[in-house]
Amino acid sequence: MARNRSRPLSPHLTIWKWGPHMAISILHRVTGNGLATAGVMGVIWWLMAAATGPEAYAAFIQCATSPVGYLVMIGISWFFFQHMMSGIRHWVLDMGAGYELHTNKTWSLVIPVLSTLATIALWATIFAGKI
Amino acid sequence: MGNGTGIGRVRGLGSARHGAGHWLTHRYTSVSNLLLVLWLIFSLATMPGLDYESVRSWIANPLVAVPLMLMLVSVFWHLRLGMQVMLEDYVHDKGLNFFAILILNFYTIAGAAAGIFAIAKIAFEGAAS
Repeated sequence: MARNRSRPLSPHLTIWKWGPHMAISILHRVTGNGLATAGVMGVIWWLMAAATGPEAYAAFIQCATSPVGYLVMIGISWFFFQHMMSGIRHWVLDMGAGYELHTNKTWSLVIPVLSTLATIALWATIFAGKI
Repeated sequence: MGNGTGIGRVRGLGSARHGAGHWLTHRYTSVSNLLLVLWLIFSLATMPGLDYESVRSWIANPLVAVPLMLMLVSVFWHLRLGMQVMLEDYVHDKGLNFFAILILNFYTIAGAAAGIFAIAKIAFEGAAS
């Protein structure tokens, strides 16, 4: 869009003090796009490997259960829980609630903690089942 | 911005009048994503094994294959809407933006088709083979 450079631009990004609500908003985008690419492709690879045959499935399992594979899967699961919980936060905000400064800040700080706990609980369940 | 004028509309500036539908569908698919992806994670975490035979016999069950297909439709629809907003916000060049959204649409349809085909193949072949 052509902009008249002699007119001042509203300082909408630079004047605000950084807060947890800004971090969680950006994290919602980062995690969403991470899930939309790496997360979804992982699931499609898994399904295609299972549909193709035992060799293809063995190759998938070999990659998925390598140290890097576990790291990616743990990362994707944290991305999912983080995106899910900040998504629920968005539902609340869409209803017009939760905008009070204190409430907004509290939930922005609590959500990453909750998603980390959910990730730990999930992988503890998986690894406990294996041993 | 050309919101109100006739020439603005001709040039494709301003609202396309599709915003509310896009926004609402994003919310609808977020509800179905929440239910279906949590179901998938819970199922995978509680399955006795994730070896080839167990996974195939699990997917071959119609009560698994259908929700799994629905999950892919919901997830791919949701990610298409979300990534479109991201591209519209960050890819400012009009031609590049058009191209990026074209690729996004190809990615969405191809990814969903691949996943649904894989599920259907397993479901129709049965657990064996």
